[in-house]
Amino acid sequence: MADDTNPRDQIPRRQFLKGAGAAGTAVAAVMTPVAVTQAEAQSARPAAGPAQHAPETWLTLNATEAEFVKAAVDTIIPADELSPSGSDCGVASFIDHQLAGAYGSGARLYRQGPFPKAKAELGYQLELNPREFFRAGITAANEFTRKTYGKDFDRLSESDRIAALKTMDEGKAAFPGFSSAMFFNALLQITMEGFFADPMYGGNRDMAAWKMVGYPGLPATYRDEIKTYFNKKYDKPPRSIADFS
Amino acid sequence: MATMLKEVDAVCIGVGFTGSILARELTKAGLKVVGLERGPNRTSRDDFALPNVRDDLKYAVRQELFQDTQTETVTLRHSTPETALPIRRLGSFLPGTGVGGAGAHWNGVTWRLLESDHNLRTHLESRYGKTAVAAEMTIADFPQSYTDLEPYYDRFEKLCGISGKAGNLRGQKIEGGNVFEGPRQNEYPNKPLALTLAGSLMQKAARDLGYHAFPAPAANMSAAYTNPEGLTLGACEYCGHCERFGCEANAKSSPQSTILPVLLQDKNFELRTYAYVKELVYDKQAKKVKAVRYVDTRSGEEFEQPAQLVLLGAYVFNNVLLMRTAGIGEQYDPATGKGTIGKNYCYQVSGNAVTVFFEDKEVNPFMAAGAHGMNIDDFNGDNFDHAGLGFFGGAWISCGSSNGRPILTRPVPAGTPRWGREWKKATAKWYNHAVNIGASGCNYAHRENYLDLDPTYKDALGRPLVRMTYNFRDNDKKMALYIAGVLDKLATAMKPTIQGKASSRTGDYNVVPYQSTHNTGGTMTGTDPQSSVVNRYCQAWGADNLFVMGASLFPQNASYNPTGLVGALAYYAAEAITTKYVKNPGPLVPA
Repeated sequence: MADDTNPRDQIPRRQFLKGAGAAGTAVAAVMTPVAVTQAEAQSARPAAGPAQHAPETWLTLNATEAEFVKAAVDTIIPADELSPSGSDCGVASFIDHQLAGAYGSGARLYRQGPFPKAKAELGYQLELNPREFFRAGITAANEFTRKTYGKDFDRLSESDRIAALKTMDEGKAAFPGFSSAMFFNALLQITMEGFFADPMYGGNRDMAAWKMVGYPGLPATYRDEIKTYFNKKYDKPPRSIADFS
Repeated sequence: MATMLKEVDAVCIGVGFTGSILARELTKAGLKVVGLERGPNRTSRDDFALPNVRDDLKYAVRQELFQDTQTETVTLRHSTPETALPIRRLGSFLPGTGVGGAGAHWNGVTWRLLESDHNLRTHLESRYGKTAVAAEMTIADFPQSYTDLEPYYDRFEKLCGISGKAGNLRGQKIEGGNVFEGPRQNEYPNKPLALTLAGSLMQKAARDLGYHAFPAPAANMSAAYTNPEGLTLGACEYCGHCERFGCEANAKSSPQSTILPVLLQDKNFELRTYAYVKELVYDKQAKKVKAVRYVDTRSGEEFEQPAQLVLLGAYVFNNVLLMRTAGIGEQYDPATGKGTIGKNYCYQVSGNAVTVFFEDKEVNPFMAAGAHGMNIDDFNGDNFDHAGLGFFGGAWISCGSSNGRPILTRPVPAGTPRWGREWKKATAKWYNHAVNIGASGCNYAHRENYLDLDPTYKDALGRPLVRMTYNFRDNDKKMALYIAGVLDKLATAMKPTIQGKASSRTGDYNVVPYQSTHNTGGTMTGTDPQSSVVNRYCQAWGADNLFVMGASLFPQNASYNPTGLVGALAYYAAEAITTKYVKNPGPLVPA
């Protein structure tokens, strides 16, 4: 299991935060030293250290949502010989950043009402912006797994997580307001965006996804190669925007 | 109150391809032209520079260069009894904004229509009988024949340096080019793009089946090219970032690479960006558009710009909106068939495709140009006998890819899960071994497909959104099913390791997946004011100083991408304006 080999997960963050929450006013006091420790740990590390050891911080997702997103992207993109898991590639962090930014707050989304129920061919017709939509969807998904399996999604075994996502994918999980398939499609879409986008967005760490398929990235100037690599595998390692910046 | 400005000779609404062409031709003729562009300026140097121009997420997925639906969108319903709802996020089509318009971020497929596409109704009625065309298929001839437009197609191809190979040079058929095309006076200005593996597979399959393969005409430069404006376009790097992106190498024809550097130097031209045209000031008695009102979106201030000539070169929907709200021409009503504005809205029948997988071949899909493809036209338009088929029209069929950008392009064999371990395995295994054969089908006008104004939803300026009443009809679905059969034959002939089944056009029009930005019609060109909005010179019947540009002129959509015809019509209209209208302002065709 990927979780067993990830040092980040040895102190279950969510459990810690939940404990802190139970202690009420102690939260802020407890949080501060943790943050300092993490900052110190980072400054003590060589700059070229592996990216996955960076402290895990969230711009908009709360702890429950972050755990859901990590577990979901690791189910959609499990670790194997082809690539590390979705979260180890930074995809959960990518989703957090996207939802915290312009996309999450509804950029390029016409938001005037009325918002009647609509057929799927007319596309997205909800009043919610993507950040709000993911909040509602994650809440509904956890309610669904608690009802079906007795636990939040991220606490399920891998096989139950796969089964739960499959039920959502098929639109068979009962979600209030919108179909589970609609939520799953949005989750799948943003997961793939994070996995395959340029690594500067936080996902596709070390160009893992590009290496997996053999996409060379930048600079993508093939005027000669289109002839010399005719029916030949392109064997150059991928490069990203950061390599040319 | 709007601030009144000093009158100019001509005002251009929209500075995309048509606005740039018209402005260039008119300023050369000595007219003072103001270009009003709702979006920002965009230059290759600042906006399309490496490395960030290769940002797939920003441009292809988050839609950086397109019209912002928060400002303006359209509503859709599939039939008149339904309530239309806004297209809240762009998907099916991607209109541009900003200087260069969609001409900055297109793929570059540049066709001439077939001769029989130009006189479609006459052609079909003479070949299949007077009653062959169903009453609800409201197709019409273009008033401009292929022969009329040939020199103007040629001008646009030369402006753009189109890469291709002639198949009909002054009547002589040439194998290796498109033998179905109308006679050309000249060869393409640039040689065809490099042959890809997919292209070579298509050539062989087509030969085996007795079809005629030819390289798609492309506005991607197979070699550096200097156009008649004296501007040099670079050679294409086959980077696979055309559609949705600008080009850092000026190797894709765009207003930026083909005209604007010259136009912007001309003292007769003034570019005003952030100038969002709100309405046309129409004098119905005088049959003139006296001025245009626009909002400076940086300040919210309104201006009224009077002009002798008004050139409407916005996108299809805005052309319709501005004419409709000004009351130039009567709204089309599908119940009576009366009225012309909004009539014959058409689209493109796409979604007809098959992917084949070759275990032993390396495709390198990321080495590609936007219009890269090996095509056949054997099943296009009326190039094949339709007797007894139950439909008219056809599709151009192409093999190849415009890109291998993996956020959106990751073909896997049918039956592969969309996520999880099996998805990963299949994606890694087949990414570099997949070849796509796709078709772009014509969309013939239907009585119940049209545009008008939405009663509920508004744009950022408070105007009603354009309402689209549209669906694919029987003719489209039957045609697509027939074309799917051809795709299956081509796929089989390639002897792939895995062959899927060709998809066809089924179900209702869906605005979510990208199909094409080939929206057409709504201000159609024709021979009389009862059945059309503008005359053969693209001059409005209701306002003789208003000339309308773009694909909103089309009476129906051929299978071909519209830009070649849009460019030809722009040059055709420009010549009529500079040689006829300016000397003697008034209707160029008696109503």
